[in-house]
Amino acid sequence: MKHGVTICHFTRNRCFWHKVTAHPRALESVLRTAHQMIVETDGMTDTLERARVSGQSRGEVIREICRHLAPFQTGERPITGGTVIAKDLTIDSLAIMDMVMELEDHFDISIPMNVVAEIHTVDQLADTIQKLCARR
Amino acid sequence: MGLFDRYAGLLEAYRDVRTTGYDPFQIRMERVLSPTEAIINGRKMLLVGTNNYFGLTFDPSCMEAAIEAIRAEGTGTTGSRIANGSYTEHVALEQEIAEFYGKKHCMVFTTGYQANLGLISTLAGEGDQLLIDADSHASIYDACKMTQAEVVRFKHNDPSSLEARLRRLGDRPGNRVVVLEGIYSMLGDSAPLREFIDVCKKYGAYVIVDEAHSLGALGDNGRGLCESTGVIDDCHFIVGTFSKTLGAIGGYCVSDEPDFDILRVTVRSYMFTASLPPSIVASVRQALKVVKAKPELRTQLWSNVATLYEGLAAKGFKLGPEHGPVVGVHLPDRMTAIGFWRAMLDAGIYVNVAVPPATPNGVSLLRCSVCAVHTKEQLEHMIEVMTGIGRQLGVLDDRTLRVVGGAR
Repeated sequence: MKHGVTICHFTRNRCFWHKVTAHPRALESVLRTAHQMIVETDGMTDTLERARVSGQSRGEVIREICRHLAPFQTGERPITGGTVIAKDLTIDSLAIMDMVMELEDHFDISIPMNVVAEIHTVDQLADTIQKLCARR
Repeated sequence: MGLFDRYAGLLEAYRDVRTTGYDPFQIRMERVLSPTEAIINGRKMLLVGTNNYFGLTFDPSCMEAAIEAIRAEGTGTTGSRIANGSYTEHVALEQEIAEFYGKKHCMVFTTGYQANLGLISTLAGEGDQLLIDADSHASIYDACKMTQAEVVRFKHNDPSSLEARLRRLGDRPGNRVVVLEGIYSMLGDSAPLREFIDVCKKYGAYVIVDEAHSLGALGDNGRGLCESTGVIDDCHFIVGTFSKTLGAIGGYCVSDEPDFDILRVTVRSYMFTASLPPSIVASVRQALKVVKAKPELRTQLWSNVATLYEGLAAKGFKLGPEHGPVVGVHLPDRMTAIGFWRAMLDAGIYVNVAVPPATPNGVSLLRCSVCAVHTKEQLEHMIEVMTGIGRQLGVLDDRTLRVVGGAR
């Protein structure tokens, strides 16, 4: 039978909750790790900070993309995940590349031009950003 | 979908450009009279948009050299450099350019476009990372389409933006190749080359610098920005063109890389096109001699740049960020730029008009290029004409005009 445990990390002024469900023996090791984390707070702070930045939530990524695309919105039509960037908005290819450059710096990733060429929708752009953030 | 349907947006923009009755992209030079004058639409025009920085297109010694070469070797080579198109003179030209830069090797291409296209796409191969300035010339962007390398853009003239991108690559395998330009062709601004070189050194990146618009203009010997910033030895590859300061056509690349010559059998834009005709090779060799022998042309060019730049700035025009042989005049939008361009043509002055998507950040520009042999009178006349048009179009905030208008 599996048991659950909720672990809370504090780092700087943020708090992270992880719900871990596992076999009791496995949980033991999770708790041991958690204990070490508390003991070695100094080292862990950086690790956790990195985890915070790299694990961008979907909502956060989409919000950031929409913020950059807002000036190119046409009419009342809202920008959604399905928005085809080059077609549904008044944005040319150069402006798309410039927007990508801003997003690169915001998320501290690089999106190669050939990858950008394959991206059509806001969802696809968000997928790419999340994938690259996770790989960091 | 029809073949041309994808160009619907561009067609519309192009229609806008032609609304003044003239098509700026189809201007016909009926007769070119000198580096600074031509007949267009049956009228004599002042040319201030031809990239002819030293005015060498009509240099008598260059013209004579070309004529002699045609008599001696005919009109063309009818073959590529790897077949029947390598003459003694092509090799001599390569040696002379290599010597000019103090580099070991040089390759000459049929155009500057082909030099960038072939060289960049070949040097950066599969598994490598190519990093280019956001405002790079079309030939650099086209090379990016051909390369197997991963391509990333960094912010224009921003070494910290390049550094961020090099840092993100971490310890990933592959060569880093960075492409920069001496002077950027639209706004005439030059790269902070020394700072860029420092970043490239820190991350072990190769550097390619395109001196197309800076050859002749910058450096004590006219070698370009790499000379004026003292980094020739740190530039792995320097690219340039014969079609601006040297008054002909063609491209080159110099380097100290020991295995450089392998590029002669790998760069396709070098291998699969006919080589430069003898007349061009001869005029370029002579033009290079003139550049070396007459530094006063450079002094004259910069004096003319100062006249035009300062003159226009004093009238309130918004210009590119620094003095340069290219003076970009910012205008508020595409239609104003086109209207302004047309009004200048009517007033007898030819400049280039540059509108999105060919310009960085969607700006609309009148692109002026200064020539060493422009007279002060010609440039002062141009400033006067532009000021008049600027007032008529409401581009210049002019109090005098408003007072006159109000008194009526």
